[in-house]
Amino acid sequence: MAYESPDFYGVDELLTEDELLVRDSVRGWVEERIVPDVAEHFKAGVFPLELAREAGELGLLGASLEGYGCAGMGDVVYGLICQELERGDSGIRSFCSVQGSLVMYPIHAFGSEEQKQKWLPQLAAGTAIGCFGLTEPDFGSDPGGMITTAKPTDDGWVMNGAKMWITNGTLADVAVVWAKTPDGIRGFLVEKGTPGYTTNDIDGKWSLRASVTSELVFDDCHLPKDAILPKSVGLKNALMCLNSARFGIAWGAIGAAQACYDEALTHAKTRIIYGKPIGRFQMIQHKLVEMLTEITKAQLLALRLGRLKESGKLHHTQVSMAKRNNVAMALECARTTRDILGASGITDEYVCGRHMANLESVITYEGTHDIHMLIVGMEITGLNALGNE
Amino acid sequence: MKIVVCLKRVPDTTAKIKPAADGRTVDPQGVEFIISPYDEIALEKAVQLKEAGTATQVTVLCLGPANATKELRKAMAIGADDAVLLTEDRDFRDPAATAEVLAAALTELAPDVVFCGWKAIDNDSATVAGMIAARLDFAYASFVVGIEGVEGQNALRVRREVEGTEEQVLVPAPCVLTAQRGLAEPRFASLKGIMKAKRKPLETKAPADAENASDLVALQPPPPRAAGRILGEGAAGVPELVRVLRDDLGVL
Repeated sequence: MAYESPDFYGVDELLTEDELLVRDSVRGWVEERIVPDVAEHFKAGVFPLELAREAGELGLLGASLEGYGCAGMGDVVYGLICQELERGDSGIRSFCSVQGSLVMYPIHAFGSEEQKQKWLPQLAAGTAIGCFGLTEPDFGSDPGGMITTAKPTDDGWVMNGAKMWITNGTLADVAVVWAKTPDGIRGFLVEKGTPGYTTNDIDGKWSLRASVTSELVFDDCHLPKDAILPKSVGLKNALMCLNSARFGIAWGAIGAAQACYDEALTHAKTRIIYGKPIGRFQMIQHKLVEMLTEITKAQLLALRLGRLKESGKLHHTQVSMAKRNNVAMALECARTTRDILGASGITDEYVCGRHMANLESVITYEGTHDIHMLIVGMEITGLNALGNE
Repeated sequence: MKIVVCLKRVPDTTAKIKPAADGRTVDPQGVEFIISPYDEIALEKAVQLKEAGTATQVTVLCLGPANATKELRKAMAIGADDAVLLTEDRDFRDPAATAEVLAAALTELAPDVVFCGWKAIDNDSATVAGMIAARLDFAYASFVVGIEGVEGQNALRVRREVEGTEEQVLVPAPCVLTAQRGLAEPRFASLKGIMKAKRKPLETKAPADAENASDLVALQPPPPRAAGRILGEGAAGVPELVRVLRDDLGVL
């Protein structure tokens, strides 16, 4: 294995044998299958679809779910998968987050037995792809204001509306779509090719270019009765999905930060200025030490978060704190690495520029940096500053 | 056909090796350990033979420290059926004692084929597999890059790498084979494999008594390389380069 992650506090010793085996296996796969080509995929703006099936064969999709072809491993394992994938690229990690946390998890938690049997094995294998439609063009941080509706008819539902910024949208064989019904917000499974359902890719992205981002449009889209996720009872179910995805993002950001730190450290030791490596200068050492300190704190935060989740004690505000802290930390590491690399840092021969551009999305999606601050703020003061009294 | 694959736990290929305070062993601090890469190739081939129905059982055998269970679990996640760890408390075993201990364990396991990497990448002795074959009186083929199939009563037709070409050899079981790069491409352990491996039997026991024939005295890093010399830049450097190659080094 060519890559060893920074582990200043011996965090590896806090992981079980299984967790280390998974981490090393995913790390090896990322090193062989993602790292060599991802800059080209990013440049071309394509998601390397063949990786979906390989990720499925390794068991990386929906890894913490039980049964239906899923590996049934712990939450820390899921976190480590995200960490290793995002060391490669945030876009690839986003694909796995969406598939596992936003598609497979709601089908597993709120779906009927028939829906689970039909979709989970294919989604776990990576032979089918899913997407998650909650955000709308005019409703992002306030999803409860959504205008997409599903009205009951004699033989099913008719859906109207649009969803925006949807990872995997045009690729997806099945979309988990949240819409207003007479009984409140409910989840639906919409299959590719359903009349009235169309998707378009969003072009011109600066960020997550190795991942597909789309809009979903529903124009008198007729759905069968059993398209509804029967156990979904409100917006809180959609937020439970996001909570699971945010948990993975808190881990994934560490991987992006580690990739940048690794690059910065190598450069600092090998780039010669005034006859000595730039790592000999105090300002460079200061930057490297700040990065490593923040990465180490983020590792411990994520691991504790994982153990809380595994023991069933996790509160969603703790996820908000970790997502907010770790993504901002990673973005700062990417920017600092770009700075240490000088002009080289702006080219795609180095990873920091790509991670920096990607992390601008990651700090925004799945609850923005500021929204997570307000969620934690409300928890500690008891006062709601979100505006949805 | 029953296969036993001998695995060694070694420092990662990219680990920076530092001698420990005793001046004769490796300081494990900050070093990640892996299955020695040639052993992993042997394991992959053994698992492929089982998947193809040629082998009926694949057991992995390791002489190593108590925490080598991680490498054995990985081997079972990749597809081995069971594992035996001879728990090592000594800090050094020479190749002769290693072969003696492994041969004793192999006698109990009674395999048709013993698979090893052609060398372990830490001590680089490349002698243990041959000594195992001699101790067990098994046939032996080294540097195997292909297994063509089983012929007659349990004889394996194998391809061996030899200087500039390959030869095919018919090796009767029981035998010892050593794996060379090209024999198989190791797979990544899947999560399901890792979950299954938790339920597969892993036996730990003490190794047989064996005395070292030689002893490790010191472990020293090679002397640091001297800094290079810059003779000049671009075309202006050529005359000096030619002069150094001709007059100082005498290679022209």
